Amino acid sequence: MRLDRYIDLILQRRWLVVGVGLVVILILASGAPGIVVTNDYRVLFSEDNPQLKAFDALGNTYASPNTAMIAVAPREGSVFTREVLGAIEELTEAAWRTPHSIRVDSLTNYTHSEALGEDDLAVGPLVEDAAALSDADLARVESIALEEVGVAGRLVSTDGRVGGLTINFLLPENSDLGVIEITDHINALLTEARKRHPDISYYLTGDVVMNRVLAEATATDMQTLVPIVFLIIIASSALLLKSVLATLAIVGVVVLVIVGTMGFAGWTDQVFSPASAGVPIIVMAIAVAHAVHIVTSTLAGLREGQSREEAIRKSLRINAYPVFLAALTTTIGFLSLNASESPPFHVLGNMVAFGLLCIFVYSMTFLPAVLSILPLHPPPTPSDRPGFFDRFGTFVVERRKVLLVVVSIVTVVLVAGVPRVELSDNWTRYFDQRYSFRNDTDFVIDNLTGLDMLEYSLDSGSEGGITDPAYLRTADAFAEWYRDQPEVNFVQSFPDVMKRLNKNMHGDDPAFYRIPEDPALAAQNLLLYELSLPLGNDLNDRIDVAKSATRMTVVANASARGLRQLDQRAQEWVRANAQGLTGEASGVTMVFAHLAQRNIESMLRSTIAAMALISLILVGTFKSLRFGLVSLFPNFIPAAMSFGLWGYLVGQVGLSASVVCAVAFGIVVDDTIHFMSKYLEARRGGASAPESVRATFRTVGHALWTTTAVLSASFLVFASSGFQVSSVLGLLVAITLGFALLADFLLLPPLLMAIDGDKR
Amino acid sequence: MNHLYFRRRPFLYCTTCLALWALLFAWTPSLSQEADPEARGLKIAQDARERGDGFGDFSARQTMVLRNRGGQESRRQLRLQVLEVPGEGDKNLFVFDEPRDVKGTALLIHSHREKDDEQWLYLPALRRVKRISSSNQSGSFMGSEFAYEDMGTPEVEKFTYRYLREEPCGDLTCTVSERIPVNPRSGYSRQLVWQDRDELRVWKVDYYDRKNTHLKTLSVADYRQYLDRYWYAGKMTMVNHITGKSTTLTWTEFQFQNNLNENDFTRTGLRRIR
Repeated sequence: MRLDRYIDLILQRRWLVVGVGLVVILILASGAPGIVVTNDYRVLFSEDNPQLKAFDALGNTYASPNTAMIAVAPREGSVFTREVLGAIEELTEAAWRTPHSIRVDSLTNYTHSEALGEDDLAVGPLVEDAAALSDADLARVESIALEEVGVAGRLVSTDGRVGGLTINFLLPENSDLGVIEITDHINALLTEARKRHPDISYYLTGDVVMNRVLAEATATDMQTLVPIVFLIIIASSALLLKSVLATLAIVGVVVLVIVGTMGFAGWTDQVFSPASAGVPIIVMAIAVAHAVHIVTSTLAGLREGQSREEAIRKSLRINAYPVFLAALTTTIGFLSLNASESPPFHVLGNMVAFGLLCIFVYSMTFLPAVLSILPLHPPPTPSDRPGFFDRFGTFVVERRKVLLVVVSIVTVVLVAGVPRVELSDNWTRYFDQRYSFRNDTDFVIDNLTGLDMLEYSLDSGSEGGITDPAYLRTADAFAEWYRDQPEVNFVQSFPDVMKRLNKNMHGDDPAFYRIPEDPALAAQNLLLYELSLPLGNDLNDRIDVAKSATRMTVVANASARGLRQLDQRAQEWVRANAQGLTGEASGVTMVFAHLAQRNIESMLRSTIAAMALISLILVGTFKSLRFGLVSLFPNFIPAAMSFGLWGYLVGQVGLSASVVCAVAFGIVVDDTIHFMSKYLEARRGGASAPESVRATFRTVGHALWTTTAVLSASFLVFASSGFQVSSVLGLLVAITLGFALLADFLLLPPLLMAIDGDKR
Repeated sequence: MNHLYFRRRPFLYCTTCLALWALLFAWTPSLSQEADPEARGLKIAQDARERGDGFGDFSARQTMVLRNRGGQESRRQLRLQVLEVPGEGDKNLFVFDEPRDVKGTALLIHSHREKDDEQWLYLPALRRVKRISSSNQSGSFMGSEFAYEDMGTPEVEKFTYRYLREEPCGDLTCTVSERIPVNPRSGYSRQLVWQDRDELRVWKVDYYDRKNTHLKTLSVADYRQYLDRYWYAGKMTMVNHITGKSTTLTWTEFQFQNNLNENDFTRTGLRRIR
């Protein structure tokens, strides 16, 4: 047999095999310094993501795509004191020196315009030299700030207790470095400010800040989670194998595979982000799951009194095919991630696939060679009383009818929860409370202003058309419609500026707080206003160059689905009242709000294709359509069950949902393959179906339980990531693996016995 | 306000000056380079102003073409009248012709050497003159990349100066000076100015924003000499390096000695503008 000849070759040249294995890994490892960790959230999106493109177009027209926001809150009382306003003023001035900043808007530098008598117009910052303000001045500032549309709810909270400051940035080509410069600078500013004003709290958020946290989270996850998984692997291998040397052999393979995979990632210039930070964890866990089968069989052979070489030979003979199949199916599952809309999942899929290649090769070469070199002794024989899995096998065989019914009911109930799952990605909730970014973000949302923004470019259709009264009235009606929506906190719209100017031009008569009737007057008012705005506070972030379109920003408080629906309602309003005024909402929030759905659409076909291919492989392997089809149940059900459970317990799921099936399916199938192949082997050996089930439990029960435990534990460690995409992925896969083991143990055997009848 | 014009420089003066300076340099080598730059920078600015003095008044037409990063263009047209006020800042009157809906709008600015400039706007739609009290002129002029203060040579007193070096600029040799705005509210932390040695014409200005990032570059071209004395540029291009936007400002139809007087540059004068 060809396999025997191959095994002979490995065992004869074991030192050469070990040597070559080490050298190959060393060469691969030298690429590791090439690994890049990104801190740009854009990495989560494909180049041709339509929402991102729309957002970029908005950025090109209005030039302020990236922002950071600082909330300034005195521990007690209102912000309208000399000290707090002074602190905001200082911070505004200092914020101007932030690298790559192009614009700073704050409560103090807000451009306020008012009529002075009949013919004078004063335009200037709302607060200047705060320390010198009189009490009357403070009261005046307070009443302006809290009444003016465009300030309250954006630059100061409506209760006057929190002040705000936003900085807009234009990032350079190499945005990674820019993000670091910006956040370092702002953090230094805030440290200084906190020292100077111990009674004031400062909170920092914004998408630029999130970019920085993204990189930190990737590094943290890789540095802290990987060692934990490594410990789990050592501990569980030792527990299962009860042999120091065998554990050493497995750990050796795991280390080589992981070093090789990460080295390969470096050679191929992979860019890591939190979503792909799981590569080492997943590869480690799968490596153990595969290697364990070869080592346990070898130890079992030794226990039966075989020589070391004989035991290895036999182990390879019975495991080569299942391990190959398991690696192949898992690889297919992970490779299907390439269809994902999010590039980090391509990295995840491809690197794990490469890891699987290493795992298979090293399990078939390095591992047996090392095992034959190590002075392995058979571990202590288990006690005489029948093992747990003997008893478990008997239980399953005796209660097969009850199990079938119970498992079916549980399955149906759980799967019924799937429709409760709601797709939602929100960048403000991507990190959990262990990151100060999340706490600060929550504070800003709760106390100052929402961070979920819908951005619209309202097109007038002609150059200079934005001062056309008809356009202004339509745009104003749209803004007013939005203000009437329950989930909307705040609307910033250009017609408000025009209304205020019209009032200013008429001696601040409140009756003139309306859109001017005369287009020329509107244009001239605007010209006047623009002539008096300072650098960095101009209207260029609200008006395009040709004065043909203006930007409207809606701040809302809703789930991703709620925001998408809000936008849909807005689109209906536009169709009915202002055809062609604007397209779909854009902005960071909306790009994320569509992310999960787009990902699922992109993954759906490839996941189905991968599942179909894997199922075909199973049917071919078992050389039986019947067995192949039966094996599908324990493979398909677990993912549906865990999504159902998620639907009942949590509800919202984001980006990670799209890849859970693909990741889990490839791994879940492994257990089925090992179970089915042992079962069929027993059947073909002449045993009855119930006997074969018992035999299968005896031979692989323990190994399957251990590998699943290791895999689930590893994914649970991944689930402890502070990055939501990773933690949800880890949790869902871990749950799915658990359900898969239950399905393999409780559902598959009764099914097999039911269809396999008593035929011999 | 002085515009970009310079009186022809006598050759003798130049050589004498250079010879004297070389002598000084030879005598006190340690002092010359170290202590002089501020004085020398200021001297260049003062000389430039002196050469521009005495033009009386002029009028011209300006066309602005605004471009954004995507290449989208937009045009502005205006007319300008300038009256020289000896010993004080000039008086400037802008009349907007394009875009159509601001046609006839007129902006009057009295620049001052020490205090803030004063400005009034006549709005034909309201038939009223409005005085704008805003201490700020660092913002965009009609949405362009020019701030009002970038459009001409500002008053000498609004900056402190430092001479840096000489270097070739095109066929000429230019002095490079740094000037720092006195007004803390200026949008700029500093500017670098390239002026040719012979005529003190400004050829290039680099603008640095408050965080000392190179924000914009002004390139000046098509100088012509008027009244046998005064040099005026025909084309000024401002490029914003951060946003990728740019504006080209073209000057045409220069006319001198129009007999303009103070009355044309008053509130009431504004209303008569067509």
